[in-house]
Amino acid sequence: MAHDATVAGQSTDPGMKGLVDDWASDRQTFHVPWGKAMMWIFLLSDTFIFTCFLTGYMNVRSSTRVQWPLPSEVFALDVAGVTVPLLLIAIMTFVLITSSGTMALAVNMGYRRDRAKTAALMFVTAAFGAIFVGMQAFEWSKLIIEEGVRPWGNPMGAPQFGSFFFMITGFHGLHVSIGVIYLAVVAIKVLRGDYESRGYEIVEITGLYWHFVDLVWVFIFAFFYLW
Amino acid sequence: MAYVAIADRDQEQHFHHPHSWVTKYVWSQDHKVIAIQYGGTAIAVGVVAMILSSMFRLQLGFPDSFTLVSPNEYYQYVTMHGMIMVIYLLTALFLGGFGNYLIPLQLGARDMVFPFMNMLSYWVYLLSVIILLASFFVPGGPTGAGWTLYPPQSISPGTPGVDGGIVLMILSLAVFIIAFTMGGLNYVTTVLQARCRGMTLMRMPLSIWGIFVATILGLLAFPALLVAAIMMLLDRVVGTSFFMPEMLSMGEQGPYNDGSPILFQHLFWFFGHPEVYIVALPAFGMVSDVLSTHARKNIFGYRMMVWAIVAIGGLSFIVWAHHMYVSGMNPYFGFFFATTTLIIAVPTALKVYNWVLTLWRGNIQLTVPMLFAIGFIFTFTHGGLTGLFLGNVTVDLPLSDTYFVIGHFHMVMGVSPVLVLFAAIYHWYPKMTGRMFNETLGKLHFWCTLLGTYSVYLPMHYLGILGMPRRYWAYGSDFIPESAQTLNSGITVAAIFVAASQLFFFVNILWSLRNGKPAGGNPWKATTLEWLTPQTPPAHLNWGDKLPEVHRWAYDYSVPGEDRDFVPQTEPPHEGVTAGRDHGVHH
Repeated sequence: MAHDATVAGQSTDPGMKGLVDDWASDRQTFHVPWGKAMMWIFLLSDTFIFTCFLTGYMNVRSSTRVQWPLPSEVFALDVAGVTVPLLLIAIMTFVLITSSGTMALAVNMGYRRDRAKTAALMFVTAAFGAIFVGMQAFEWSKLIIEEGVRPWGNPMGAPQFGSFFFMITGFHGLHVSIGVIYLAVVAIKVLRGDYESRGYEIVEITGLYWHFVDLVWVFIFAFFYLW
Repeated sequence: MAYVAIADRDQEQHFHHPHSWVTKYVWSQDHKVIAIQYGGTAIAVGVVAMILSSMFRLQLGFPDSFTLVSPNEYYQYVTMHGMIMVIYLLTALFLGGFGNYLIPLQLGARDMVFPFMNMLSYWVYLLSVIILLASFFVPGGPTGAGWTLYPPQSISPGTPGVDGGIVLMILSLAVFIIAFTMGGLNYVTTVLQARCRGMTLMRMPLSIWGIFVATILGLLAFPALLVAAIMMLLDRVVGTSFFMPEMLSMGEQGPYNDGSPILFQHLFWFFGHPEVYIVALPAFGMVSDVLSTHARKNIFGYRMMVWAIVAIGGLSFIVWAHHMYVSGMNPYFGFFFATTTLIIAVPTALKVYNWVLTLWRGNIQLTVPMLFAIGFIFTFTHGGLTGLFLGNVTVDLPLSDTYFVIGHFHMVMGVSPVLVLFAAIYHWYPKMTGRMFNETLGKLHFWCTLLGTYSVYLPMHYLGILGMPRRYWAYGSDFIPESAQTLNSGITVAAIFVAASQLFFFVNILWSLRNGKPAGGNPWKATTLEWLTPQTPPAHLNWGDKLPEVHRWAYDYSVPGEDRDFVPQTEPPHEGVTAGRDHGVHH
């Protein structure tokens, strides 16, 4: 029977037929651990949350009757008497994208079962994440204290500017903070050797979450700071 | 990377083995116990909502005779009735209750993939229910904004419950979404990744297909509600103006500025319309299994039934603005949403035809679950047909905000899923408890419920066409003709009758726990795996030492040449007998 060929595992047929065989197989649809499949589905759901936030933001920004503040001016930094637009955001973005790189290296080291390097790279990733959140705190306090931006209003224009800014970057910052804790916990368990028998897919699962948080930042960056 | 081994690697969890009564029945990680906890909580909170509806129906039917409900309380009761029924009863009972119970049992799994998270899902759900009910006890009472919570009304002074009620309502919704996400991730992953040997996707019972697709809808639709809830909470508590426009009150300018109330409507209905199918799809699936089992016939067009569920699930994301025809949108926009709305009727009608064709020349057993399932076909057809009226912009405009909408909505999303829930509870009760229920009480319950609900909701369509608006505290002869008020009073009598006749159900369920006849493992002679467990009710980890192995689809009833009129899914195909059609094995 055709179905015996798919019972043991992945179909060996390439292309469309292989795809159909995988979906039609018994026991499991994707040949991945349960935790990884669940993380995919969770991230899909989380994508919808951020999409709703950003769509709401775009909707309100295009319908408000008041001038929207200019991001390049609001988010500029004065360095040695020169005003550099988007300087801090550029550094933050760079830090976060670098952390994706160290995360990818950690996943690789995990599958090589190099526990010390895996944990070290995960701690570095977490540290980049913490730096990002720290810079975000700096940005928030600058906006609140120096520029007088409040969630309900600001001197530069449409009150929704501050509302959406604090809500969306806050929600993203929350994701990064959770990610930092998640990375630290998994890194400690890697170091202790808790995953020796089960394998190191957990590092990749953590990485999925982390890359997702980075990817979301790219969209926030594009829609909020560059528009 | 070598993934080949993963399918054969033992992914079975390090199961938690309960030792004490508390870990077995309270902090339990067993999906069956969690299912019953979910179901019990949902039904309890549903009874609260039913009592609320009886109270405001008394007010509506006899405005001069009762002083039970003040205008403010009327709005609060209507709001709480709607929200509780849609979210905390129907969603929780279908997915948290039946999803939890049926997914591992019908798929031959030992439990959900992450039992601890599954347990957490229930306790967080309970927390959301407690927050919701707490709003009855805060100053100002629960919110009276209507179950759709439209701003600006919902958070403007003058609306009942604007002080604490609306805040608790929003918080409760957010907590519910967290609970649902933890459960939902488990349901989807279990269906995709933890089936038993031989159980292909196209051999799954339709109950699982319905629950599966509905859970995906939930995971993609609840985010919109969460975002709307966060934004509304910020508007109310922090003073942002996401949804709140500039408003003048008593000549004074309010604190808000330039927000977009329509944005809330879009977010709410982007959740709200899939929500209809989050409730309806599990109902479609379970009613298919009940009909097939009690008609002793395979479900008609299994493959089409699956694709119809998937198609309805997909389409449900592009019809949401048909709830907003009166919001002043662009006519082309309305045209688009009217078209998609009418398209969704095609797979839905296909399902109705297939249910009827399953009954056609079947060996119909008029058991209690079967009666409820057949009742569902009637109520769902009637509710669906009025949906076609409301899906058209030009017909919807005059009918909007009238009793026609209430009649349609309660027929299609109130009565129909509830009839399926009753069918399902009666159908699986012998498996859950090991006892049979009382047949006579069950039939009494069915006839009172079916005829009673018809006498409640059919007259509402007539009142709606007359133009009687909804959400009024009292009509009396100043607003509507004497004859319409008489009909309105009649609706109240019928509503109280339906509410009271639910006692048959509760008495039956509780009495039979101790006094019902022992049911045996498979009282309905059904084919699916949950009826083949070594113990009834199934023990922890469901299957004893050996997981079941599946060899055929779920609907081998009355197969020609077989000596029994059903062939369990675990039975290997044998020579010389015409095997039932099996869509799972041929590629």
